[in-house]
Amino acid sequence: MNPEEQIKACSPNNFEECIKCTICTVYCPVTAVNADFPGPKQAGPDGERYRLKKPLFYDEALKYCLNCKRCEVACPNNVKIGDIIQAARIKYSTHRPTLRDTLLANTDFVGTMASAFAPVVNFTLGLGVVKKAMEATLHIASQRQFPAYAGQRFDRWYEKEATGLQRQFARRVCYFHGCYVNYNYPALGKGLVTLLNAMGYGVELLERERCCGVAKIANKCIKEAKRDGAVNLASIRRAVLDEDMDVITTSTTCCFTMRDEYPHLLELPNDDVRDHIMTATRFIYRLVDSGAAKLVFKPGMHMRVAYHVPCHMRKLGWEIYSAELLKMIPGLEYLEMPQNCCGIAGTYGFKSENYKYSQGIGHELFREIRKANPDIVATDCETCKWQIEMSTPYCVMNPVAILAEALDFEATCKANGVKADARDFRQPANDKK
Amino acid sequence: MKFDTIIIGGGLAGLTAGIRLLRAGQRVAIVSAGQSALHFCSGSFELLGEAGAPGKESVEDAMAKLPVGHPYRKVGYERVRKILGEVKPFFAKAGIELSGEPEKANYRLTPIGLFRPAWMTLSDHLTVENPDKLPFRKAAIINVRGYLDFYPHFIASGLRKHGVDIIEGTFDTDGIDHLRKSSTEMRSTTIARVITRGQIDTIARRFNEKSQGCDAILAPAVLGIYGPEDVAVLREKVDKPVWLVPTIPANVPGVRTQLMLAGEFKSHGGVLFLGDTVVKGTVKGRRIESVSTYNLGDTAISADNYILACGSFFSHGIEANMERVYEPIFGLDVNAPADRTKWYDKDLYAPQPYMTYGLITDNAFHPSLKGETIDNAYAVGALAGGVDHLKEQSGAGTSIVSAIYVADKILKS
Repeated sequence: MNPEEQIKACSPNNFEECIKCTICTVYCPVTAVNADFPGPKQAGPDGERYRLKKPLFYDEALKYCLNCKRCEVACPNNVKIGDIIQAARIKYSTHRPTLRDTLLANTDFVGTMASAFAPVVNFTLGLGVVKKAMEATLHIASQRQFPAYAGQRFDRWYEKEATGLQRQFARRVCYFHGCYVNYNYPALGKGLVTLLNAMGYGVELLERERCCGVAKIANKCIKEAKRDGAVNLASIRRAVLDEDMDVITTSTTCCFTMRDEYPHLLELPNDDVRDHIMTATRFIYRLVDSGAAKLVFKPGMHMRVAYHVPCHMRKLGWEIYSAELLKMIPGLEYLEMPQNCCGIAGTYGFKSENYKYSQGIGHELFREIRKANPDIVATDCETCKWQIEMSTPYCVMNPVAILAEALDFEATCKANGVKADARDFRQPANDKK
Repeated sequence: MKFDTIIIGGGLAGLTAGIRLLRAGQRVAIVSAGQSALHFCSGSFELLGEAGAPGKESVEDAMAKLPVGHPYRKVGYERVRKILGEVKPFFAKAGIELSGEPEKANYRLTPIGLFRPAWMTLSDHLTVENPDKLPFRKAAIINVRGYLDFYPHFIASGLRKHGVDIIEGTFDTDGIDHLRKSSTEMRSTTIARVITRGQIDTIARRFNEKSQGCDAILAPAVLGIYGPEDVAVLREKVDKPVWLVPTIPANVPGVRTQLMLAGEFKSHGGVLFLGDTVVKGTVKGRRIESVSTYNLGDTAISADNYILACGSFFSHGIEANMERVYEPIFGLDVNAPADRTKWYDKDLYAPQPYMTYGLITDNAFHPSLKGETIDNAYAVGALAGGVDHLKEQSGAGTSIVSAIYVADKILKS
């Protein structure tokens, strides 16, 4: 075999490179709590050898995979273990999404309906009797607290209040707000707009934004996920290739899904724009680090912050950007939590059958947070936030929200030569949403 | 992003160098493509086979017989000696208690009941100075019920040859019941993640019940994956000495060592890029200017010095195809001949030349690129080249010694 053939003989997911070392199983959050899950090695590359032979070797227990990608971060041979497992679910599983799965998967549809009737929905979803009924009929864990829906959606607010102003900036960036900011927590988006405006950057939205698709992939609504992904990618291309903007997110999972799951799981190539899709903290850090923009913080903050790195942030390898930005805030005491998964994994932890595994996985993290006893927990993922807020007594904030709250708006505008018409859109943060 | 030193590779050599530099106040980053070979470490480090064991030749004499160019020879015996004396306190500061003497080999018990040379060993694992003078007369080997990666029969028959009595038993706790359902996942590391804290009391009771009439207990190393605390509590509650014996990999003592070293590294402000790969290095003249990683993309990271601790073939520090052996990041010079037939010996059990392959490094561990020395780069551990750690039984020793030597060199420069 010549060297070229040797290279060609390897699949894109590096399946052939697995040397059966079992390191991935050491770091799988699921194996320790759920023996029905065959573990990443068996579910991934080992099982794949059988499945390639005959699809009937597919094991429905692969549904217990969280898709946290911790196996891939641990693998010394760059085998895309998580991708192999998720691709097998898409290809071989005969399970069809239930009504519950469809409801959980369609975050944007449900969000649109719910935010239209936010006060009623929030009240109703908080009722014990409703939770019990949802447990009985839909198998949604009754212990779960649903995030409250906002009365005014972020995109509607933006259209009404912010859009004109953004066009006045010479330098611009495009914000993929995601379902959570849009329907549940617009204050985070408003904080980001304020922060970036003060740094001299206008914030645009995508021409058309759909849900990134992560919940649809997890719930096997693949056709819909592909459709949404194609819409997003078309708009991202317009922003990146025609308008020369980067596309940023405040949710690690949205970012990770559009960068990596689109090409790996949904057959949506994104090579031409992938490098321009990034987390907001990476974008901001690089501006500050290169001297292209400045951040000025208010003095007198005293806050112990425990930073929990979401699994997909670990996979992106970008926690340093959030961490370094937080450390820039004077008076902020930074603590990093040991690397454990919180256990919710998006819609996974909302399902009755997964609830106990979800809490079992998160147990170690909750214990560490209690031991650290911070003023606040920081994390870049909304579902980690829900899980930690439900399972510990602490409030959880996105690092971007903490940066926005600590920002000295006027001084930052001045330091970056931003004209006086920039507006402070910040709202008091810090409510459990 | 700027650091004082960037280390490529997060195994024993990379973490040791990183911790040494951080403790001296440097800003250090490690880029590690996945987890390291430490996960297969059975809890013992080797220095140089049986050198220094009672009745065997001294470490000094054994090292003098190594080929020129071997890392121990490059460092020189006098300096090696000094470093060996620092190893126990160095690890103790990271919470890792080792048993062993700086220049003395002893013997560890393997998962199949043989005694093999060791140098430093996690203090809760069994080592002996002389296998024919075991520290017990009758021991109970107590396995986890249904756990298959540990062979009490082999260990018992191995130990009986050294003149001791052995009884066998099993133990169980509620916590691991569910694991038994799985045909594939009842591994040492999975068990160790489940039996922690709350279950130690139960295990201690079982150990006391099952070991009556014995003066020691040998148990599989399926405890203490996050640190030595649980094992220490267990040993306190059991009425006779408890010794851990390694299992088939992945190894709990190795994972513990990895996690504790990484924890020590981070606690001093070290930045660990785990699961990331250096894809490009920029070399100008005789210096590395910066490196780029897959995850960080166009945010290049740079440092005054670079330590390459990426291991050998297993960890991809060097790679081979049908035509050549090469170093994949910078294309640094390797010590392998061009003729492929010289890479190996057809006798499988003969020393294999490829085992000694690594970078061509000078006496200061600087690698070279097309014959030109790279002044601000150092190769340590297996990548430094010239070590047949399998034959010499010297893997961990050469990693630790070269890492500390190079870190100190950087600090002095």
